[in-house]
Amino acid sequence: MYNGGKILIGIIVFLLFAAFPFYNNIGKVSAKPEPKLNTPVIQQLAEKKCVEPKDFMKAEHMQMLNDWRDSAIREGKRTYINSEGKPFYISLQNTCMNCHSNKKEFCDKCHTYAAVKPYCWTCHIEPKEKRS
Amino acid sequence: MLEKALVGTKKYWTWVFFLFAVIGVGAVAYMQQFNYGLGLTGLSRDVSWGLYIGQFTFLVGVAASAVMLVIPYYLHDFKKFGKIVILGEFLAVSAVTMCILFIFVDMGQPMRIMNVMLHPTPNSVMFWDSAVLGGYLMLNIIIGWATLHADKKGVSPAPWVKPLIYLSIPWAVSIHTVTAFLYAGLPGRHFWLSAVMAARFLASAFAGGPALLIILALIVRKFTKFDPGREPIQAIGKIVTYAMIANVFLLLLEVFTAVYSNIPGHMHPFKYLYLGLEGHGKLVPLMWTSSILAIVSLILLIFPALRKNENTLALACIALFISLWIDKGFGLVIGGFVPNPFERVMEYWPTLPETLITIGVWAIGFLVLTVLYKVAVSVREETEGVELEH
Amino acid sequence: MSMDRRDFLKLAGLSTVGMGAGWVLSRPGDILEASQFLQTKELLNAKQWAMVVDIRKFKTVEDYKKVIDACHKIHNVPDLGNPKDEVKWIWSDSFDHAFPGQESEYMPEEMKHKQFVLLCNHCENPPCVRVCPTKATFKRKDGITMQDLHRCIGCRYCMAACPFGARSFNYRDPRPFVKEPNAEYPTRMIGVVEKCTFCEERLAKGLMPACVEASNGALIFGDITDTNSEVRKVLADNYTIRRKSELGTRPSVYYILDIPGGDGNA
Repeated sequence: MYNGGKILIGIIVFLLFAAFPFYNNIGKVSAKPEPKLNTPVIQQLAEKKCVEPKDFMKAEHMQMLNDWRDSAIREGKRTYINSEGKPFYISLQNTCMNCHSNKKEFCDKCHTYAAVKPYCWTCHIEPKEKRS
Repeated sequence: MLEKALVGTKKYWTWVFFLFAVIGVGAVAYMQQFNYGLGLTGLSRDVSWGLYIGQFTFLVGVAASAVMLVIPYYLHDFKKFGKIVILGEFLAVSAVTMCILFIFVDMGQPMRIMNVMLHPTPNSVMFWDSAVLGGYLMLNIIIGWATLHADKKGVSPAPWVKPLIYLSIPWAVSIHTVTAFLYAGLPGRHFWLSAVMAARFLASAFAGGPALLIILALIVRKFTKFDPGREPIQAIGKIVTYAMIANVFLLLLEVFTAVYSNIPGHMHPFKYLYLGLEGHGKLVPLMWTSSILAIVSLILLIFPALRKNENTLALACIALFISLWIDKGFGLVIGGFVPNPFERVMEYWPTLPETLITIGVWAIGFLVLTVLYKVAVSVREETEGVELEH
Repeated sequence: MSMDRRDFLKLAGLSTVGMGAGWVLSRPGDILEASQFLQTKELLNAKQWAMVVDIRKFKTVEDYKKVIDACHKIHNVPDLGNPKDEVKWIWSDSFDHAFPGQESEYMPEEMKHKQFVLLCNHCENPPCVRVCPTKATFKRKDGITMQDLHRCIGCRYCMAACPFGARSFNYRDPRPFVKEPNAEYPTRMIGVVEKCTFCEERLAKGLMPACVEASNGALIFGDITDTNSEVRKVLADNYTIRRKSELGTRPSVYYILDIPGGDGNA
């Protein structure tokens, strides 16, 4: 093999670089994110339910928001009928955030943990939050 | 073959690093624009396209002009273009690269560029423009690379290359026609609403592109051992001459229609560009520079004695290139927006960051061109004296 | 088994495609199946919304201001303070600029300088929709020329195509320039094109557009395909003009002119 030594060194340097996030985080514990649901609006709900079951929302809320967006803007359909037949007005700012008025304790908790940066809030106005 | 671009003289590396430095400055300016928004440019609500889209339009022409070498060589068996046709194809690759970059830097939301493919919209000319440009880039990379590789080995190119070459001819015409349609189909933009727009685009392309190629061929001859030859350069000179005459003719047709019909909407952009309108005339000196250079280049080109002298030919090509650059890379776009839909004159002038980004993109284009030409020239130097097989 | 480089690459390519296809096929089905999207019950419905501007009823500066402010406030339209970066949905301009080519030097001075309320025409045949490369701007079933700002790539082709100067581009971040944001409506971000939406979000709730509501009867709004609608009645009773109708875009905004010397209702 020509330049075998150099190639080996190159591979090792690359592996060290690529594996940086792993060995850098060894032994560090990140607390499991627990989004808070204790907003005044939610507390007053008779039945503490989101538009769809919790597990579904956890896994699919991003896809659902996309569907809501397309339905409201592109088709002008602003009512969502959930799996129980209940209607909801489609609006991120006025429906979702009406209940989840604690963006920092709700949205940001998991998004920060998962290092995702949805850019909803460059346009949509986040609810005013009291420092808790 | 790319490894040939990694060995070179001191001069070569100085040039390459100079280009990198210019690109670096452009990149810094672009990051600023990316963060602040296009407000960093001179663009406004009234003149919403400017230098970037002008450069894009001009460079589509440069890219299309490769066909002026391909047609004589492959369709008419004009052997003398054999060694030089690769320079045209690689110039096209570099030009299309710049086109794509100019579109990119002009976008308000560049991260969403894939939306054009994710939501294909056949009724938008811009959709077709992106499709034909991408196709043309691929065609020229494949054709240029395959023929050059065959030359290097002293064999004729693979049989599948020929059909691609024939395909590239109408394709070249299509890229500039579609680019003209980008402008020529808009209601209420009188300056652009012209049936000869595509024809004029092609004429100016077939003058400007080959003129640049002559300049490049002379540079290649000066700095390398590869001589494209006197005769091919003279032949391209004739192409440039006819195309430039056609281009000026078509421009004068536009002027006649606008001025003789006396329709204000059609006259105003010409008035703004060449005389100034309502006391605004930022582009007047530029447009007259373009006109004078066009006349100078035509004089130098039309008289055979002057055209046959390579020094005056080079001078003619430089004058012509600058003339067309001003006319198409600047005046054409701005003239469509001034006066605005309210018959108000709102002027445009590029800002410093906008200019730096523009120069940066040109530097990327020149870098691509330098690398490709280095490869081509190195192969040509190796096969000096060997008859080409294709 | 020996394999040359070419075969290896072919196989590697094939297996990549296979993996991709497997991933697509193995994805869980659409769990949203049971759920549906409905049009809001209260939704005001139409085939083509249209507006008539009764310019006779615009008399004082205040008449224009209240209409413009009503729109710009609820839609978080920024005030950038310079004409270069300006964003506007509804504004006013004088006759000779609103209807260039229609003015004459001998017409009543009052008319020549009369301010006209200008906004997106929601054309029946909109060039902006024709040119958009991503369908970010599109025609809705109710005739509104709408834009999906999540999809806009900011190429500004629509601005070149619009003969009415109705479109504004966000040359910079508008958020800091919205003085009192309406928390029920979004702002926009850098690099997208925006314009009037005929208040589709209000129509969905059964409300008239904000400008119409604030205009005190000077703006009339309705479905132009409905022969019994108020807009149709107004159009039947008054002489109206549209901006640049010769371009064939079929604007949906009509203007009742003030005819000085006439009784105003002729």
